[in-house]
Amino acid sequence: MSTENNILVKLDNAGYKQDNKWLVEGVSFTVEKGKIVTLIGPNGSGKSTTAKIALGFYKGIEGQVEKFTNKIGYVPQKISIDWTLPLRVNDFMLLTDKLSDDVVDEALKSTGVYHLKNKNLGNLSGGEFQRVLLARAISKKPELLVLDEPVQGVDFTGEIEMYELIKKISANLNCGILLISHDLHTVMSATDYVVCLNGHVCCCGSPTEVAFNKEYKALFGEQASKTLTIYEHKHDHVHTTDGEIKKN
Amino acid sequence: MLDDFFIRALIAGIGIALVTGPLGCFVVWRRLSYFGDTLAHSALLGVTIAYSMELNIAVSIFLISSLIALILIHLQRKTNLPSDALLGLLAHSSLAVGLVVIGFLTFIRFDIMGLLFGDILAVDKNDLIIIWFGGGLILLVLKFIWKPLFASTVNYELAEAEGLNPDRAKAIFTILLAAIIAISIKLVGVLLITGMLIIPTAMARNISNTPQKMVVFSIIGGLLSVFIGLFSSLEFNTPSGPSIITAALLLFIISLLKIKQTIQLKN
Repeated sequence: MSTENNILVKLDNAGYKQDNKWLVEGVSFTVEKGKIVTLIGPNGSGKSTTAKIALGFYKGIEGQVEKFTNKIGYVPQKISIDWTLPLRVNDFMLLTDKLSDDVVDEALKSTGVYHLKNKNLGNLSGGEFQRVLLARAISKKPELLVLDEPVQGVDFTGEIEMYELIKKISANLNCGILLISHDLHTVMSATDYVVCLNGHVCCCGSPTEVAFNKEYKALFGEQASKTLTIYEHKHDHVHTTDGEIKKN
Repeated sequence: MLDDFFIRALIAGIGIALVTGPLGCFVVWRRLSYFGDTLAHSALLGVTIAYSMELNIAVSIFLISSLIALILIHLQRKTNLPSDALLGLLAHSSLAVGLVVIGFLTFIRFDIMGLLFGDILAVDKNDLIIIWFGGGLILLVLKFIWKPLFASTVNYELAEAEGLNPDRAKAIFTILLAAIIAISIKLVGVLLITGMLIIPTAMARNISNTPQKMVVFSIIGGLLSVFIGLFSSLEFNTPSGPSIITAALLLFIISLLKIKQTIQLKN
């Protein structure tokens, strides 16, 4: 299954030290084409740092990181746009690449924010902005997507929708996804491989393996193992983001 | 035609406004107003060094401002002081040292008011060459670094993740800022250059909804300020720098009315 040339990024015993303090150490995993790898862990456990190591942000890291692609889409954890910058969603989509109108429209449609195309970024809600960020990342047809808590601020039904979308992206574009989340519920269902971090790798494996791991239970509590049965709540209709109602 | 001091001042002003428009946008977007101020204050030191060592004023200011920018970046890394304190420290100490040096240079007559507030009579043909050649060069370099600079202004990490080089763009931009201060000091003066960068841009922000429009409007605002300011400077015998900045302020106030209108329209 995992042939060498499917690997997009490979971390081998990687770690990063700042001011003589390890932010994270001894992390090993690979992200392959078409696979979703999820990093979970409590606050300050080094999830974002690990993602940045994989992206190659830091100089002087421990261990080894090998990247086999340069087509990377990134959704950072915190991003604040200043009101001083009059930037519309469309300008934001074209920030670093010249994309055709069709590509932009398609990406915005797929995350359900096409109707916001000419709105000012400053006027978007947190959830809408998060969808725009995801649209921007996928519009470049990346081989590797790094998503740092991509659903923060998105409402609950939207959240499930977004994870469905992320699964779909991974299949359609055949890209590898490195996903960071603290949201145990939904993550478990949409993932091929889970790395549970707490300054180092606590445990890793398939969602089922991790969920029943002792250290995982110690970190998140007994309750967490039961989250594998995700919330399934059937609606007979769906609300699109522009407020319209779509019957199932 | 170039023998007329007013025509020279006008041509100089147009050249400056064409450059301060786009640079000013980045100063506002990146919240560098006080940084610009600090560089401008250090320019006085540059002037005194130019006089005492018989260097070209613009070159000397450019070198000193760049040096101050480097010192600032170094201090930001080495100390725990907040940036605004460091900016204040550098601005006022370089201004003070500049004035002390002037005190020692008793053998040269100084038009200190002219240095601080600009002098419409001071622009000679050499300055025109420096302004238009230097200004053209600044715009060319800015065009070259526009994409990484703009992307990292929106978000540093996105720009870096997508393979641009935001740190290099930032360093080059700092040098461009030192350069525009160096070439516009004679007309606008040490104390008011930051106003020339910021006020037309602030006016432009009020009436634009895209970055491109903001750049265009801020150039137009700068040009109008130069025209109105210089004509009134000639008419009322006021110093050129304050006249240009006052004109810019008037334009800003008018742009506020436009905001009010759009808000009313929305309701």
